[in-house]
Amino acid sequence: MALDGPKTAYKYIGTTPDRPDGLDKVTGRARYGADINVPGMLHGAVVRSPHAHARILKIDATKALAMEGVKAVVTRADFPDGLDGEDWNLQENCMAGEKALYDGHAVAAVAATSPLIARDAAKAIVVDYEPLPHVTDVDAAMAEGAPVIRDGAADFSVPEGMHPNVVRYFESGRGELEKGFAEADLVIEKSFTTEAAHQGYIEPQACLGQMGADGRGEMWVTTQGHWFVRRMSAAILGTEATGLRVTPSEIGGGFGGKTTVFIEPLSLALSRKAGGKPVKMVMTRGEVLRATGPTASASMDVKMGITKDGRITAASGTFRMQGGAFPGAPVDVTTMLAFGNYDIEHVHQVGYDVLANRPKQAAYRAPGAPMAAFATESVLDELCRKLGLDPIDTRLKNAAREGTRATFGPKYGPIGLVETLEAAKAHANYHAPLGPNQGRGVASGYWMNHGGETSASVAISEDGTVTVSIGTPDIGGSRASMALMAAEAFGVAYENVRVNISDTGALGVNEPTHGSRATFASGLATIRAAEDCITKLCKRAADKWGIDAEAVTWEDGCAKPSGPNAGEFPPMPIAEIAAEMGETGGPISGHFEDTPAGFSGSFGTHVVDVEVDPETGRTTILRYLVVQDAGKAIHPAYVEGQFQGGAVQGIGWTLNEEYIYGQDGRLQNAGFLDYRVPVASDLPMIDTVIVEVPNPGHPYGVRGVGETGITPPLPAIANAVREATGKRITDLPLRPSRVLAAIRDKGD
Amino acid sequence: MNYHTPETFEDAAAIAARAAGTTRFLAGGTDVLVQLRSDLVTPDDLIDIKHIPAAKAITRTGDGGWRIGAAVSGAEMTENAALCADWPGLVEGMDLIGSTQVQGRATLVGNLCNGSPAADGVPGLIAAGCTVTVIGPKGSREVAVEEIPAGPGKTSLAKGEVITGVTIPARGQHGGDAYLRFIPRTEMDIAVVGCAVNLRLDGDTVTEARVVLGAVAPTVRLVPEAGEAILGTTLEAAALDRLAEAASAACQPIDDKRGTIEFRTHVAGVLARRAAKIAHARAKGGTA
Repeated sequence: MALDGPKTAYKYIGTTPDRPDGLDKVTGRARYGADINVPGMLHGAVVRSPHAHARILKIDATKALAMEGVKAVVTRADFPDGLDGEDWNLQENCMAGEKALYDGHAVAAVAATSPLIARDAAKAIVVDYEPLPHVTDVDAAMAEGAPVIRDGAADFSVPEGMHPNVVRYFESGRGELEKGFAEADLVIEKSFTTEAAHQGYIEPQACLGQMGADGRGEMWVTTQGHWFVRRMSAAILGTEATGLRVTPSEIGGGFGGKTTVFIEPLSLALSRKAGGKPVKMVMTRGEVLRATGPTASASMDVKMGITKDGRITAASGTFRMQGGAFPGAPVDVTTMLAFGNYDIEHVHQVGYDVLANRPKQAAYRAPGAPMAAFATESVLDELCRKLGLDPIDTRLKNAAREGTRATFGPKYGPIGLVETLEAAKAHANYHAPLGPNQGRGVASGYWMNHGGETSASVAISEDGTVTVSIGTPDIGGSRASMALMAAEAFGVAYENVRVNISDTGALGVNEPTHGSRATFASGLATIRAAEDCITKLCKRAADKWGIDAEAVTWEDGCAKPSGPNAGEFPPMPIAEIAAEMGETGGPISGHFEDTPAGFSGSFGTHVVDVEVDPETGRTTILRYLVVQDAGKAIHPAYVEGQFQGGAVQGIGWTLNEEYIYGQDGRLQNAGFLDYRVPVASDLPMIDTVIVEVPNPGHPYGVRGVGETGITPPLPAIANAVREATGKRITDLPLRPSRVLAAIRDKGD
Repeated sequence: MNYHTPETFEDAAAIAARAAGTTRFLAGGTDVLVQLRSDLVTPDDLIDIKHIPAAKAITRTGDGGWRIGAAVSGAEMTENAALCADWPGLVEGMDLIGSTQVQGRATLVGNLCNGSPAADGVPGLIAAGCTVTVIGPKGSREVAVEEIPAGPGKTSLAKGEVITGVTIPARGQHGGDAYLRFIPRTEMDIAVVGCAVNLRLDGDTVTEARVVLGAVAPTVRLVPEAGEAILGTTLEAAALDRLAEAASAACQPIDDKRGTIEFRTHVAGVLARRAAKIAHARAKGGTA
């Protein structure tokens, strides 16, 4: 049996039970990456480059290897040659080859019998460097004469004559720009910059890796995607993927930053060299900030035209982004989504992916989208301001709707931008009176969400309770969401469902929990696997009753005859079928594998009120409202948590978070003292409104909600500061010294 | 590394005097242990003074002042209502340091001996006119707090010298103090600028004033010109302008990741005005 079309009436979906993993987490029982210790294990430490750019002349580990307790040292020489593409990038980033490419780049690693010995041994490894000229700023990196980070890194897309640090080029658009701008009553063009921001997960990278000389091994690791860890580690080490079984620990935050590898292949290489002893590696916060991926920094020019009555006639943007010393800055997404909120006839986007001497960027919540939104939603705000137009009405006038041809190509299906704008306009926060030095800002944002390879199993236990096995680590309450969806599909109590995050040996390939896909894709897989199970449960009942399986339906956790013609039998509960399953045909389980294509994006609109101290330039967030389309909120409290978390990370990125490099190209703020994420007392309660425009591509209408929330805060806050101070600040972060300088500047 | 737990300050000083290599005194450990963990310093001798009985005491002095032992934590100070009533500015400076957990360990004397120009606990001590007792190979001496800092991470203490505690003068009548710091966030941060003001009034008129700035020079700095700018005034607008000007003029900050020279110089004046107003209100009996 199967469900026909989206459901609309629910028993469990939309309720807010406690998360099944909650008790373990609040009592400290949950085991994270560093919470594992096994007999005979060694501890790893990494030698990192103190230079932003340097040739590695010689690595001498003689002294380290002579120390008592030191069991192995690995350098790039211990990894295979001949990789290419992203595999080479990953290998080069995990362990430098000929050159160290950024401050903190790994150049050697050591394993020893204690963490202290490993640390001392790392200090005893002598590396001779020849420092080279470096560049950390994106505009400087693509200027004539900039140091070349890697010749030949550019792909076919880059136009001739560009600096070799420009490695990818993107261009898209439609219509006739000049014609569109000529139709406008007002055209504004401005340039913007955003700094790199780190994901700021509380749990540093940590793993325990074991690998024998035969290339077979095991790993325990904090990650968003253990199949990714398996594939990447195997590629970097030159082993077979299946030889490595990877088990995910609980995860203390990832936000995209744990969808790749850093220390994981090193622990396996050390283990292999140390006779197969397991090697535990745990990063310090300084290592996390110096050597794991922040997002890209950006430099952007945006031009938009509008008529007096608020119709956007044309828009164009040029986006330059550096994502560290490797290709991969998400400028492709930036160009895609720059004007994605609106129905614009004439539009043109250009993007440059540029190398610089910084750590390899990693995904960070809606990668590439917030930077674009900062530039485009700031320009739109300025257009509204100059023409005296209401920012929400203007957005409503231009908003993408179902059937709108998106600026990046496809036609939108059912989407909720209009609904979020209307709900924001109706909310009390949009009408609260403002005092002196206060201002209100509005911005909208989008994330397209993702499907991805997905595999799930559902098994019925002997007592009729249900085990769901999925492959997407639970970062934001997804075990609760899966349990609710399974409870709904089976018609059994939420408490009777247990959700396990399986290791790589127990399911088919799963992409990570990324792209806001877990609730959508693993949720869909859970529902479909449950339906597969239900078909089998119905068959068992049919066999017992001696009727056709097609004559049995499933309702409220019971098999029932589908109608009077099927026969007169009392409902057969799941527990009764399960108790007899050994005799009636064996264990009952259901499976589902697919790369579901029915994902659909989520729009959000934020309204923020700030107060700026005119004497110090410090910005205080007074009120903050997130309105976002969830499609269907499976567990509304955790949906709100995602909205709030996205807003808070956006507030941090906007106000104080930044990578500060010295003249020497070294990172000056590799710690949470000077890399300033917001603390609880910096924030008001983040108000939320969940809009539900169901996604037809999911049985219950789910869209992903994880990422959109970080997209509007950058422009929304900058727009609010513009109103509070009269100054349009086009560079982030809005640190107090920058805001004060703008306030004291007599110009516009 | 040798770890010592002397039971008297004399023993602590003697161990330090004998020690050949790098020595650190350990009280709360909120600076020293962090420096150890981040590999900034590895002492040969670590001398833990928490086990010295007198080090943990807050006591009244005979003249109505206060004595704060070298190992008294921030939390113990903020929980002492009478101390808070006498010297709210001095206590609030200490209370701004770190989190609730850190407050349970961090000490005022440790904050002073860490030698940071941005130390939040120190400007209030200097503004109040406090002294510290130093024991060393040459015996004991009483030193004004402003004499201790000698530059970032440095103090004027000689080898083998240890501070046993702080003496805070009697509050007396019609006095008030305040400390403000500027940080980009609301807590868990380090001062970009700090300013303590301690006043005494006759009616509304300022008769004594000490203004101290933090994080704008190599050491926490007593600024006599700033105090003089408000003497004999009721903190009218012109007096506050002169105060702000004198405070800004005394700044010799650096440009660094935490703030620019221009920003620190300007904000020093802003905080001086604001702190003076709070101290004035407190001297009048307000609880601002």
